[in-house]
Amino acid sequence: MGVHGIISYGAYIPRGSLLRSSIVEFTGKGSNKGSRSVASYDENTTTMGVEAARNALKGSESNPKKLWFSTVVPAYMDKTNATNIHSALQLDDFVEAVDFGNSTRSAMGALSNALESDDSTLVVTADLRTGPSGGTEESSGGDASTALLIGTDKQGVLLAEYLGGVAITSDFTDRWRVPGSSYSQVWEERFGEQAYKPLVDRAWSEALKKLDIKTEDISVALVSGLHSRAVARSIPSLDVDISNDLTDQIGNTGAAHPSLLLANFLDQAKPNEIVALIVLADGCDVLFFRTTQEVENRRNSFPVSEQIENQSPVPYSKYLSWRGLLDSQLPNRPSPTRPSSSAAMRRNDWKMGFVASKDATTGIVHMPPSRIGIKGGEVDDMEHLPMADSIGTIETFTVDNLVYSPNSPVVFAVVNFEDGGRLPVELTDTDPEKIEIGDRVEMTFRCLYTADGIHNYFWKARPIRREREKS
Amino acid sequence: MASHGIKDQVAIVGMGCTSFGEHWDKSLDDLIIEASEKATKSAGIETDLIDAYWFGTSQSAASGIALATPLRLSGKPVTRVENYCATGSESLRQACYAVASGAYDSAMALGAEKVKDSGYQGLNAFPIPTDGTNRTLTAAAMFSLIIPAYAKRYGVDEDELRYVIARIAQKNHFNGSRNELAQFRREISAEKICEMPSIAGCLSVMDCAGVADGAAAAIVVRAEDAHKYTDKPLYVKALSVVAGDSSGLVDPDFDFTTLPECAVAAEDAYMQAGIKEPRKELAMAEVHDCFTPTEMILMEDLGFCEKGTAWQEVLDGSFDIDGEIPVNTDGGLKAFGHPVGASGLRMFYETWLQLRGEAPADRSISLEQSQQALVHNLGGYPGEMVSFVGIVGAELS
Repeated sequence: MGVHGIISYGAYIPRGSLLRSSIVEFTGKGSNKGSRSVASYDENTTTMGVEAARNALKGSESNPKKLWFSTVVPAYMDKTNATNIHSALQLDDFVEAVDFGNSTRSAMGALSNALESDDSTLVVTADLRTGPSGGTEESSGGDASTALLIGTDKQGVLLAEYLGGVAITSDFTDRWRVPGSSYSQVWEERFGEQAYKPLVDRAWSEALKKLDIKTEDISVALVSGLHSRAVARSIPSLDVDISNDLTDQIGNTGAAHPSLLLANFLDQAKPNEIVALIVLADGCDVLFFRTTQEVENRRNSFPVSEQIENQSPVPYSKYLSWRGLLDSQLPNRPSPTRPSSSAAMRRNDWKMGFVASKDATTGIVHMPPSRIGIKGGEVDDMEHLPMADSIGTIETFTVDNLVYSPNSPVVFAVVNFEDGGRLPVELTDTDPEKIEIGDRVEMTFRCLYTADGIHNYFWKARPIRREREKS
Repeated sequence: MASHGIKDQVAIVGMGCTSFGEHWDKSLDDLIIEASEKATKSAGIETDLIDAYWFGTSQSAASGIALATPLRLSGKPVTRVENYCATGSESLRQACYAVASGAYDSAMALGAEKVKDSGYQGLNAFPIPTDGTNRTLTAAAMFSLIIPAYAKRYGVDEDELRYVIARIAQKNHFNGSRNELAQFRREISAEKICEMPSIAGCLSVMDCAGVADGAAAAIVVRAEDAHKYTDKPLYVKALSVVAGDSSGLVDPDFDFTTLPECAVAAEDAYMQAGIKEPRKELAMAEVHDCFTPTEMILMEDLGFCEKGTAWQEVLDGSFDIDGEIPVNTDGGLKAFGHPVGASGLRMFYETWLQLRGEAPADRSISLEQSQQALVHNLGGYPGEMVSFVGIVGAELS
C-alpha cells in the first residue's frame, strides 16, 4: 500500500477583500482591524473549488481516482456539486466524484478518510461565509477554497507524509444553522470556549501518545476552528509554536480553513518538518504530517501569501449586493433564462471544461467547437483541444452599461489565445478603467447567472494574476 | 454557380410607411393595416387582387397568419420571413423573386414590428434554449468594438473618431428633422453628443438607433406591367443577401474594422446592377446606421470611399444631404427609428420618395447625375452578420 501523504496542493483566495473598517463605517459596529476575503458575484463554492483544484493539479503528474468535495454552502442539493468540478477539470469518467456536506467538520472527515484510502483522492473544500450585517459572523468569516491531492508514495511523489491522527467527537450546540439559512447562529461564546478546551487537551495528548511524537519534534501547529476564543484558549497548553492563522487578512474560511493553513504551511516548509493540524469542530481532530525532501521542489506556483497580496478592496455596498443582502437596481433588460440541460449536456466539454476543437487539416482552433472548419475541409475533421490553461491577449474590448448583469457594467473583450483561436468573452475580477488592448488574460470558471435555480456555469477571462514562472 | 440577379424584371409600384415611434396607442395589427392601406392606395390596387404576401417581423408575431388575419386575406399564400434586422428587405427580396419567377403577377412585402410592448429598453432577443455559453452583450456594446479597432488600424485618435460618429448622428438628425414620419425630429449638434455619457464603449445613447414601432409595405409586379399601376415605378436592379458564417468571432485575424458580409453583398449587388463606380452611379444610399460607427465603416465596405478614409469623408460632408453621395436622407435608423421588421422596407420607401421626386423640398436630393439608389440593411453583429444590399432605379436600362 505504501506511505500515505500529500502529492500536491492548491488554494484559491478570491480577489475581493473587504476591509473590516468599511463595515464599521457603515454599521457603526465591530472592529476596524484587518480584512476578510470576498467571493465575487459570479463565484460560489463550486467555482472556487474548481479554481483550487486546477491550481493543485497544475503542479502534479498524477491524476486522482476520486474527487471529494466538501462545503457548508453547496450550490446544489440533491445534485452532486463534485460532478460539476469533475467536468470542469475534465477528469476521467471513472473518477468517482461525491460531495461531503453540511458541517465544517465534513471537510476534515473527507481529508482524514482520503489519507487512509487506497485510491488517490482529490479532496476539495470551499466555504463562503456571511452573517447578519455588522455582526461577528460577517466580519470574521472569509471565502476560500483548497484542494489536496492525497495518495501514497506509489501513486505520486509525496511532499508531506501522513503520520496519523486522532479524532474526538463531542455533541453540543454552540453553533448551528438550519437548512436554507445563509449564516450560522452561535450560543454564548464562553460556553463553546469551555466546551472545546478539554477536547483539544485530550485529543492532543492522545495523538502525541499514539504516534509517539514529542512536542519538541513539532515545527509548528496549525490550529483552526470557527470559535476563535476556543482556539485562542486551547493554544497555550499545546506547548508548540503556532502558525499565523490568516484570519486577520482573509477571515476564517470555515470548512476550507484547515487545509488552507496546511497549504500556507507547505508554501514555506522545509524538508523533514513535522506539522500538526488541529481542528476544533464538533469535537477535535489532530493530524500529523512530516514534509519530505520534495516539499521545496514541488511547492505550489501561486502561494497563499501571494494570492492575499493579489487581492483588491471591495466596497461594503458591493459585498452586500453580491451576497444578495442589498437589492441593487439592475439595467432595465430582461433577466436571462435558464440554460437548457440537454443542450448543456451535449456541449459539456465546452461549457464546463473549456475544450475547443482544432481542425486537423488547417490547425485552426474553433471556439465554441465546430464540426466544420471556418476555412473549409472535411466534416468532423477535428481534435479536442483543452483551452482552460491557455493565455489570451485582448484584441479589443468594450464596457457595456446596458446589458443585464448582477454586477453592471459588463467588461467584454475579444480575446485571441496563444494556443490559437479567438473568443469574445466576458472579463471578471477587473477594473474597467484599467483594461487596455494588448493586456494578457487567463481563463477562470464562473457562474454567469442563476435562473430557475440552475447555475449557468461557463468560463470568463480575467487579467493574469501574475506572470507565470518560466518553465 | 452564379448570382444572376433579376435586373429590370420586377418593379415596385406602390409603397406605404407608417410614422415610426412609440405607438402606445397602436397595435401590431393597426400598424400592418395602415402600411398596407397606404401601399395599396399608392398602387391603386385592392389586397384581394394581390396574389401573394411576404410578412417580415423579427419578434412581434409568428407565421403568415399574423398578416392574413388583420388584413383578412382569404385563401392567399402568406409567408412570414425573419432574418434579424434585415427582415424587412428580406421580405421584399422574396416577393420580387416570386414575381420574377412568373409564379405570381403581383406580391406584397410588408414588414412590421411592435417593440414597445416589452416594457424593456432597447431591442431584446427572443430567448432560444441554449447551453448558456452564448455571448449576452447588447448590440450597442458589440458595435462599439469598431471604434478602438478602427483607431488602432488606421492610426486615428479615438477622440477624433468620437467626434466623427457624432457628426454622423448630427447629419441623420438633420435629415430626420425634415421627415414627418421620423421618430426624432430634432436637430442635435455633434458637440452636444460628444458631451453625453457613454452607455457602451464610447457610444452614448445618441449613437444608437431609435427603438420604435412601425410598419412599411411595398407592392411589386412584373416590370412590363408597372405602368398599369403608376407612372413612376421603381425598377429593381439588384437584390443581394449574405448570411455570415460567424467566423469573425472565431478567426483571430478578423479585426472589427470591416463588415465583410456587407462588402460581399455590395459587390454582388453592383455586379447584378452593372454598377462599376458606386459613388458616381448612385444618387443616394439608405444604409443600416444601427449605431453611428456602423455607418462610418459601411461607407468603406459599400465602396463609397477607400479603406481608412471614411472618417475624413464624414467630416468633409461627403454623405450630407447636399454631399457627393447623400446617405440616410430620411434620418436613417438613428432618427427615423428602428422597428426591426419594417426598417428594410422603410429604406426602400425613402428611395421611392426621392427617385420619384416626392421627397419634401428641404431634404430632396439632386437626380441629375443618377436615378439609382442603394439600400443596405443588416442584422446581427460585427463578426456574425446578415447583410442585404439592394439597388433600385427610376428607369429601365
